[in-house]
Amino acid sequence: MSSLALNDEQRALRETVADFLAGHGNARKEADSDAGLWRSIAELGWAAVQVPEEFGGLGLGAVELALLMEEMGRSLARTPFFATVVLAQGALLHAAGEAARQRCLPALAEGTRSATLILGPGLDARAGSLTLHARRDGEGWRLEGESAQVLDGSSAELAYVAARVEGGDGVALFEVPADAAGLQRTALEVWDLTRPQAHWRFAGVSLDAAARLDVPGSAAAGLARAQALAMLQLAAEQVGGAAQCLALTTAYTAERVQFGRAVASFQAVKHRCAEMMVRIETARSVVRGVAARVAAASLDDAALAAEAAAARVLATEAYRYCAQEAIQLHGGVGFTWEYDPQMHFKRAQWASQWLGTPRLLREALAAQLLDAA
Amino acid sequence: MDESTFRKEVADWMAARLSGRFACLKHRGGPGDEEAWPALRKEWEQEMAAGGWVGLGWPQAHGGRDLPLALQLAFHEEYVRAGGPGRIGHIGETLLAPTLIALGTPELQRRFLPGIREGREYWAQGYSEPGAGSDLAAITTRCWQDEDGNWRLQGQKVWTSLAHESDWIFVLARSTPGSAGREGLSFLLVPLDQPGIEIHPIRQMTGEAEFNSVFFDGAVTDADCIVGKPGEGWKVAMALLGFERGVSTLGQQMHFSHELQLLIDAARANGAARDPVIRQRIADAWIGLRGLRDNGLRMLEEDTGSTTVRPEALIYKYAWSNWHRALGELAMDVIGVAGDVRAGEDAGSDALRRLQQVFFFSRADTIYAGTNEIQLNIIAERGLGMPRG
Repeated sequence: MSSLALNDEQRALRETVADFLAGHGNARKEADSDAGLWRSIAELGWAAVQVPEEFGGLGLGAVELALLMEEMGRSLARTPFFATVVLAQGALLHAAGEAARQRCLPALAEGTRSATLILGPGLDARAGSLTLHARRDGEGWRLEGESAQVLDGSSAELAYVAARVEGGDGVALFEVPADAAGLQRTALEVWDLTRPQAHWRFAGVSLDAAARLDVPGSAAAGLARAQALAMLQLAAEQVGGAAQCLALTTAYTAERVQFGRAVASFQAVKHRCAEMMVRIETARSVVRGVAARVAAASLDDAALAAEAAAARVLATEAYRYCAQEAIQLHGGVGFTWEYDPQMHFKRAQWASQWLGTPRLLREALAAQLLDAA
Repeated sequence: MDESTFRKEVADWMAARLSGRFACLKHRGGPGDEEAWPALRKEWEQEMAAGGWVGLGWPQAHGGRDLPLALQLAFHEEYVRAGGPGRIGHIGETLLAPTLIALGTPELQRRFLPGIREGREYWAQGYSEPGAGSDLAAITTRCWQDEDGNWRLQGQKVWTSLAHESDWIFVLARSTPGSAGREGLSFLLVPLDQPGIEIHPIRQMTGEAEFNSVFFDGAVTDADCIVGKPGEGWKVAMALLGFERGVSTLGQQMHFSHELQLLIDAARANGAARDPVIRQRIADAWIGLRGLRDNGLRMLEEDTGSTTVRPEALIYKYAWSNWHRALGELAMDVIGVAGDVRAGEDAGSDALRRLQQVFFFSRADTIYAGTNEIQLNIIAERGLGMPRG
């Protein structure tokens, strides 16, 4: 039984990250503050937490990364962290061959380069949903197709791209520089300004042989595992966002006076805040539990997929509920641009559609529970 | 001791002993099913006591085994996995005994702990009254000392689970005349079999009677049958409730897991498992159970140093009771019209009976031990620091 308790180092990390982000949050700042924040995060070593020491990382694991993600979610930090660390590093760690990891991971761990990951729509790793095709081109490869919504698509310097290989060779993982010839990127106007996206068109992007990173035949399973681990980290981020919605709401309702008393003293308000806490803490318990079991390497692929799905569904429902209640319980100001609940409402909506929707995740679980022979 | 060795020891013992005349007790008893073979379940308690499975966490000085938490959890899991019957001695073993060990005099410990540990004496809890439910401090049952020092009691307790199967009751009563609220209460230990006490069963919506009204009309108990000093009853009563969220939590989750599996089997058998909405709800039930499990592990394991408020402990009762209630609703939606027919006592009806019990009895889960509404008040006030209304 792996322990859910945090050790002293983990508690210290959580406090350091929370303090730092509280002072450096950039969700409402100009976009040019993003580069500075990312540089600081890289200098603090946080981009290196899950990367093994042999690849220039700190060799920590899912628990530490989840603590970081929870704080990022709380502060709505706008950084390449999610795309670079959770998505791109995750794909490299689980779906790339040894030599490719050796070559690609150090720069991502140092935070000197930012990256993103392209799978199917909404970061669906299943082969059938991939929208890009790779074709042999002499010694190298040629990529064709479109990805309608690429996270950090305008700012990422590199993309790790899953493509179907023409001629029945399954799925392959490629490294593509964002300035590659034949690649057209178009920024999208998105509701959640903290999760920028761009449309990418691969109009015959030529890559040399070394750009293919996977060991043929192993990419699909590796990407599925990377996707499940990313789901866990996204759930951690959602828990942080939901917790911030609750903190904003209890603070606001404690100050706001109507009928001669603090709005927070009304039972109708208290009960809804309590309900928010129930959902947040339940989701947090599962995120903590799954992360501990991942760190202890006690989950096989099927168990990881099921447990990560549980964390994601709980966190998704908790964040949507808390963001919606935060707006409602702030009253009129909750609907304004100036107050933060609207930003969480948009992030919560964004997060509900990527890396598997609750409906799809539940159906996948139901298949495991009900359809076995 | 190695945990897997210990688990095997428990599993082997259960397989050997929960058989023969005890075989009919598998998965029986417990809330919603307390009318199942109470006399035989008491014999089972004695069988367990003789096997050394009562008082696992008690100090050795009090006849316990002082096992580490991990092994206590392992015991509860293996016990339920093997179909161990709902415990009839749990009020004594897990509520009163820890209270006596923490706050009782050596004389009280010597007098009462052996009877609990050996499965000879059973206990009921006398807190709620007709006028004191959620507002427990509104208790009006009176107690006073005669000239010889013995305690006398006058009043009524209600919702007293298993009083009709118990030998003793611990009672929270008002010892200071004219006092109100949490002041002036005392915590007494009272024998049930006496002329001054009448026990009337209360028939619940399931048709069964697991709890009772207990009437005290000049009932008597010894002068020294008091835990804490006169007037300190509230403190003792609250300390006792603190033991309620103990290691049996994970055993309860094994029961839930068993119920969910029965539901899944039923859905596969009657085709409900093909209904897309039922599939979503079954997945949600599984997800919710993961939530309870990890929350329970966090509650039992998380460091206590960093914070005094334990959010995972605060939310737990609200979380499990509402999950369980929803499971009952889902079960009946899976069963369909067949759920109209009361399941029989024959072995072939085990699953249907259990699922019907979950549906009906879980309506009580969100009421006893702090209603949903009280739980949300507590979460808001203690967990979030929101003002009292």
